[in-house]
Order: sequence, then C-alpha cells, then structure tokens
Amino acid sequence: MSTVGYAAVAGQIVVVGAGAPLLTGWMRQVRSRLEGRAGAGVLQPWRDIRKLLGKEAITPAGTGPAFRIAPALLVATTVVATALVPLLSTDTPVSGHADLIVVVALIALGTLALALAGLDTGTAFGGMSASREMTVAALVEPTILLAVFALSIPAGTTNLPAIVTGAVEEPARLASPAGLLATAALAVAVLAETGRIPVDNPSTHLELTMIHEAMVLEYAGGDLALVELGAQLRLTLLLGLLSSLFAPWGIATSASWTTLALALVLFAAKVALLGAVLAAAEVFWAKVRLFRVPELLAGSFLLALLAVTSSYFLSGGS
Amino acid sequence: MVPAALATASGVGGAGALAGLLLPCRLRVPVVGVLTAGVGAGGGTAGVAALEGSRWAAALPGLVPLAGAHVAVDALAGVFMAVAGAVVVAVAVYGIGYAAGDGPHGLGSRTAQAVLPLFALTLVLVPVAASVSTFLVLWELMALGSLLLVLAEHRERASVWQAGVWYAVMTHLGLMLLLAGFALFAAQAGGETFAALRAGAQGVSPALRGLVFVLVAAAFASKAGTVPLHAWLPRAHPEAPSPVSALMSAAMVNLGVYGLVRTGLDLLGGGPAWWWLGVMAVGGVSAVYGILQAAMAADLKRLLAYSTSENMGLVIVGVGASGLFAAYGDRPLAALALAAALLHVVNHAAFKALLFCAAGSVLRATGLRDLDRLGGLRSRMPATAGLFALAALGAVALPPGNGFISEWLLLQSLIHGFQVPGVAVAVVLPLSVALIALSAGIAAAVFVKALGVGFFSRPRSEQAATAGEAPAPMLAGMGLLAVLCAALALVPGLLGDGLDRAVGAAGLPGSGALTGGGLRVRLADVSASLSPLWVVAALTVALALAAGLPRLCARRRRRAGARLWDCGGGAPTPRMAYTATSFAEPLQRVFDDVLAPEQDVNVTPVRESAYLVERVRFQRRVPDRIEHRLYEPVLRALAGTGQAVRRLAGGSVHLYLGYGFAGLVVLLLALTVGW
Repeated sequence: MSTVGYAAVAGQIVVVGAGAPLLTGWMRQVRSRLEGRAGAGVLQPWRDIRKLLGKEAITPAGTGPAFRIAPALLVATTVVATALVPLLSTDTPVSGHADLIVVVALIALGTLALALAGLDTGTAFGGMSASREMTVAALVEPTILLAVFALSIPAGTTNLPAIVTGAVEEPARLASPAGLLATAALAVAVLAETGRIPVDNPSTHLELTMIHEAMVLEYAGGDLALVELGAQLRLTLLLGLLSSLFAPWGIATSASWTTLALALVLFAAKVALLGAVLAAAEVFWAKVRLFRVPELLAGSFLLALLAVTSSYFLSGGS
Repeated sequence: MVPAALATASGVGGAGALAGLLLPCRLRVPVVGVLTAGVGAGGGTAGVAALEGSRWAAALPGLVPLAGAHVAVDALAGVFMAVAGAVVVAVAVYGIGYAAGDGPHGLGSRTAQAVLPLFALTLVLVPVAASVSTFLVLWELMALGSLLLVLAEHRERASVWQAGVWYAVMTHLGLMLLLAGFALFAAQAGGETFAALRAGAQGVSPALRGLVFVLVAAAFASKAGTVPLHAWLPRAHPEAPSPVSALMSAAMVNLGVYGLVRTGLDLLGGGPAWWWLGVMAVGGVSAVYGILQAAMAADLKRLLAYSTSENMGLVIVGVGASGLFAAYGDRPLAALALAAALLHVVNHAAFKALLFCAAGSVLRATGLRDLDRLGGLRSRMPATAGLFALAALGAVALPPGNGFISEWLLLQSLIHGFQVPGVAVAVVLPLSVALIALSAGIAAAVFVKALGVGFFSRPRSEQAATAGEAPAPMLAGMGLLAVLCAALALVPGLLGDGLDRAVGAAGLPGSGALTGGGLRVRLADVSASLSPLWVVAALTVALALAAGLPRLCARRRRRAGARLWDCGGGAPTPRMAYTATSFAEPLQRVFDDVLAPEQDVNVTPVRESAYLVERVRFQRRVPDRIEHRLYEPVLRALAGTGQAVRRLAGGSVHLYLGYGFAGLVVLLLALTVGW
C-alpha cells in the first residue's frame, strides 16, 4: 500500500482530532450569531481543552478503575472508528477492515464505557444519566444497524469504502427511496448518539434534564478534557460519516496527493455546512421531553426498517 | 481416538458416581470434582477429534434392551461435545470450591455429588446417539440428572421445589412430543437408527414430515429455552446451584439446538420454507422477549437465565435462516448462516458459563442474588468482578468481545440473504435483522446494569460490604473459561475448519468463513471481513495514547479520594444510588405495552385526617407476560377439571361398585354392538 494511503489515514485522524473542537466552536458561533449574541469565537473549545488538560484530574472517593479508564476508552474507540471510516479516501491500508458494523459497535462501546463510569461513581446523578443514556443507546443502535443494512444491500457488502465507492460511481443509489429513508433514519440516530437537541441539550446545566452531562459530573481536569474531546470527536466523525455516505462527492477513490488534498478541503466544507445546518436547526427546536425521545427514535427505527424493506424489494427481491 | 476418549469418559463418570455415593463428606467433593473434570476432558477430546475430521460409528447391541444402542460421532456432534466437554472441565474445577462451602448439604450432598458426574457424562454423550431409542434414553437421563441437581438446595428454599416441578413437567412434556415425533418418523421411515431415518426421510409424505418436524422442533425449542416454551428456564436456572446453572445454561440448552439441526437439516434433509420461517419467528421473538425480561430482572441469575433465552433465540434465528436459504437452494449462504449459529453456540457457552460462575461466586460470598442489594463488589472481589466484566463484554456483542464475532457473522449471513429470491425472504430478513439489532441494543443496557449496579458503585447492604474473594478452585475454573472467552474473541479463525466440517455433516457445503487471522465472508458478489486481532491492537494503541495525553500535559498530579459532588446537601449515601430497578425504569416505560408491569400503591392516611399520610406502600412487579397469559389459563383449566372430577369420587362404596358395574355393561354392549 502506498504512502498516500497511510497519509490519508493519518490525515483523517489529524483532521478530525484537530477539527472537532473547531467544529464545536463553529456551531456555537453560528448559534450565538443567530440568537443575536457575539459568541466566544471559533477557537474557544480549543482553549477550554488546553486549559483542562493542564489542570489536575480528580478521582473521587469510592470510584474504581472503570471511572478512570472510561474517558480514554471513549477517545480511543472514536479514534479507531475515525481511522476506519472513509472520510478523505476510500483507498487506504485499513479499507479492507472498515466494516460498518464494526464502526457502529466501536461507537457503542464508547457509550457503554461512559455509562459504566457514571454508575461507578455511585451517585444518583451518575446512575440516572447512565440509565437514560443506555435507554437511548439501546434504541439508537438498532436504528443505525438497520440504516447500515439498507445501505449495504445495493453495494452487496458492509464494507464502508465499497459502499462509498459504489455511491460515487452510481449516484442514483442515493436518490432511491431506500437511500432517502436511510438518510433520514441515520440523521435522527446521529442526533441522538451525539446528544444534540432535540434528544439532549449539550449546554444544559439543569441536572434533571441532562442525559450525557450528568454522567460526567465527577470528571475534572485531564479526564474532563478527554470526555469533552471524545464527544466532539464523535460529533465530527458521525457528521463526516453522514456526508461520506450521502454526499460522497469529492472523496478520494484513488491514491493520489491532489485528490487527497481536494478531498480534505471538501470534507471540511461539507462537515462545516452540516454543522451550521444543525446549529441553525437547534436554534428553532426545543428539547423533547425525555419520555418522548423513544417515540422519536421508534420513528427513525421504522424509517430504517422501511428503507431496508424497500431496498430488498427494489434491488434484491425482484 | 474417539472411542477411547468416550470409553474413558464413561468409565470416569461411573467412577465419579460411585465416589459420590461412597466417599465420606470431606473427600467426596474434590474427588468427584476431579473425576467430573475427567469426564469433560474425555468428551471434549472426542469432540475435538471429531472436529478434526475423525468419524466413528458402532452398534452396541447389548447395551439397551430390544433395539440395542447405536452410536456415531461426526463433526456436528463434535461441536456440541467439545463445547460441553470444555464447559464441564471448567465448571467441575469451579464446583470443587463451590460445593466445599456447602458442607454435606446442597451441592455437597451425597445425591448431588453422585448425580453430577453422570449428568456431565450425558451432556457429552447425547450428541453421540445414533438411533432414536439411544437418543431418547440419553436425553431422559440428562433431564433427570439436571432435575435432581436443580433440586439440590430444596431444603434451603421453598422456591426450589416450585422450580423443580415446573422443570419436571415441562421437560417431560417435551419428551412426550419428542417420543411422538420420532415414533411417527421411525414408523414411516422404516427403521429407528439415524442412518435408516436419513435414508427413509425422502419417502415420507410432506404432510407427515411437516408434522414430525413441528412435534420435534417444539420439544427441542423448549429445551433451548425459547419463547413460549421457556417458562422452566427462568425458574430452574436461578434456583439451581450455580455450577449446575452454568452447566445447564452453557451445555444443556445447546442440545436443543443440536436436536433441531440434527433432525431438521440432517435427518429430515431440510424442508419447505414454512418450517424455517416458523423457526425464525420463534427465535426472533425469543431474542427480544428474553432480553427485555432480562432488562427488567433484578435477580442476577434470573437476568442471566433470560439472557440465555435471548442468545438461544439468536442461534435459532441462524438455524432457521440456514434452513430457509437451503429451501430456496442457496446452499453456500445456508452454510454460512449455520456456521454463524454454531459459532454463537460456542461463544455463548463460554461467556455464559463464566457469567453464571461469577454470579455463583457473588452468591457464595454474600448470599444475595438481588442486584438492588449488591454493589461495590469490585473492591471486595476484584478477580470475580474482572472476570464478570470480561464475560459481560462477550455478552453485549461489542468488539473486542467474543459474542460480537458470531453476531457479526450472523448479521452478514442475513444481510447477504437478499440474493435469495422470494417475497417471504424479503419480508422476514429485514425483520430478523431488526430484532437482532434491537436485542443487541438492549443487551448492552442489561449488562451495563448487571456490571454497573452489581459490581461497581457502592455496597447497598451489609452482606455486600463484607464480601470476600472466591476461593482458589472457583477462581481457577473461572480463569479457564476466561481464557476460552479471550481465545474465541481474538483468534476465532482456529475454529474455521472444524466448523466447516460440522456444517458439512449437516449436509451443507463448508462456508470457509473463518480463517487463520479472522473472518472473511466470500460469496458470489459479496464480501466482508473482520480481523479481531487488528481491532484489539488498534484499540490498545489508541487507548495508551489517549490515556497518556493528559499525563503529558498535566502540571499537577491526579488527586485521589476527593469528595463526590453532592449539590451541597451532604455526602450521598448508598441509598441514593441507582438500583437495578431504577436503572431499568426508562426501558420499562418504553416497552410498557409489551411488558405490562403491575403497579400497586397503598396510601394509609393518619387516623382522623385525610390529608396527612402515615404510610405509602409502593409495589411494582414485571411478571412474565407470556407465562401469565399462556400458562395460567391452562393450569387453571387443569385444576378446575381435577376439582370437577373429584365429585365423581364421593367416598361411597356403593357408588364405586356402581361404576364398576356400569363400566362392565358399557364394555359388553360395545363388544356386542361393535362385533
């Protein structure tokens, strides 16, 4: 495998790693401007993480190894998933292993680690939010798997680069009913998985309405930096995955430096656009009540199931 | 190799039974434990030899009266023998430590120790049977052995009796179905050896074949603990001593799957699509219903029992998909689905045996099965907690656990089923993928609950706060199972050839899905691959880097022992922590319509005032709804009939003489009129 392939993998990790705080900053900035505020600037999340990394981490009394290892595991699973997902190039040394089910499962593993850490603290807030997070995750995971399934039927594989390459070569797949339904289902699942409005409010400080934030209440310093970075990485990765799956144009399908550079620029543009749309939408949406969330997720589950069924009837069954 | 290993296992099993009967209390447990492990080792060796390609068949005319015993070992039997053997070895070692704590009662009693090696022997030998009579004799011996072991602790708890009655009745109803189905099959096929059945199966009319399949499949599905014939499982597994639960859940229920594959795919030679659609429906419903009940369970062993129901459901979906694909003529895909199902049997056996053993250690150390009262065990029992965590990782079907690999393979076989034509396939496959995905999602919540509430957090009772680590033999047995789990997670490819031979023995071409380093699915137009070792390596490197980042940047060292955040309201007490019940509450609300929880609020006001409340009593239970709706009416009807019939027996001798006279007259009349 060529150096370009390795460069693409490294590039994905570096771009997502460095870009994730920027994306969050960008989304916050878009949001504050729409709300008529000046905003803290695009670089603020970077400054926050740098500040937190310099501070001391705290291990509260009565917590165990699960609490200490969870932030690192959250970041690690996301980084491995980032290396696998074709964000910049479909022709990388790891593209043979880039299975969609593995990527989904890795992301779920990060969620699970954090939920265990929440329970490990033994506080009411930790348990409450672990319970809520796992309930949401239990409904999101099947939706993502089904949407994946719908996408993999026309491609005949669950290998992500193959799915993306197929979509580049045959754009009609994306406009098919299965493709559109799967997009809708996956978009809702991504909102839930990354804890955005309407499922969860990432900037809330009211414990009773929190899902994700109450789990990480006990973290401080470097640990908190990892948790924040992990959440930002996941958002970037999942938005990148959405753009690769449903707007794959510009992604490098061969190993050359120019296409890779072009793919980098386009990837940044696509994710920034998606982020801006999401931030703008969040201004107009309200957070849904916790026990209405399952209805939303059940709806997206149904969409995914419809996507699979239509995909069967349109491409396989006939 | 195979006959020698099996003869050794049988001899050692007999010796174990004698030792259990004759030896004094102190010697009994270790000797029986070692001999039982010998049974497992012999059976496992025979199974592995069969997986490596050796075959053996023999007729032993003197062993069973009238028909004689017929035995045969092929690779399909080998899978189940190897699994049962490995589980028996580990659990026998574990059992030495477990039963030693019982003294002369419970699992340490004379009866239990005499039956244990025999039960282990039947677990290994059931797949060896090659005629209907041999199979049924061994099957019944296995059921009786497990029944006696389930009842081992009947002196301690009244609920053991109830569980035993349920188990005895259901397993014997299963035997009746099996007997009826096989008798019909043997009569039609003109012979009772499996070879004769195989040869005669094509000559049987389709309707009768269908009837045979339905009868036999119902019996085997009940043994596998699938809905709706699962009612015995969540009762018997929690009430049995933990090593017995491990044996039943990791080795005995598998034999239901073995029976289904052997009869459906091998002896009957496959069948029309409707058989397999039914099988898949049963499997899919079991998977989701089982894991939902597990999510609601606060009893650790009941949770694990329902999770067995779920995993067997997944396996049966695989078997059903295999039969369905074969019915539509896509044999390579059918082979892949069957290989996935068999691999899941192996994986489930490894992690579930470990989970039950770890739950047994907790039970031994605290006397508690109730998750709501456990907690904080990771500091008191670190080894047990670590082993439970490892097994739970396998059970949640996420990488790098071993359960992920077989579920991945199962999903691959279903996803690639779109090549198979037919409307039924196009409707059923997406639904089964949805059910598998949903059960996997809920399984994650279930095991986060079991691990996080039971082992993490802080102790919620005195017993949990003073628990001690399990003794060495128990840890050694669990260690063996942990090594198995890790090996299955990292190098599943080692099983590749054996699984291909097993699938071949069921009459399908080998799938070649598992090779040296990992998994690779290659069918026409289809490919996918998974390398567990690479995933683990990448995760380890990323984890080291992510953990190192804050260390590099931090200017001050980590501060330990800080106070938990308490909203300024004083230190949080263990009573404030989330329990298993509260953890599962949101899921229960989501699936309210399926689970139909029963809730009871009793408010007692202070006397002379309607507004001051003296006491509020809140009770909520989530009954097994299928059991509630399906079994209770039947049981009530039976009891009602019994009561009604009692009126016939009034106690008057004249009445009984009258019955005799009337009976004689009716008989004579019938004879005169009939002839």
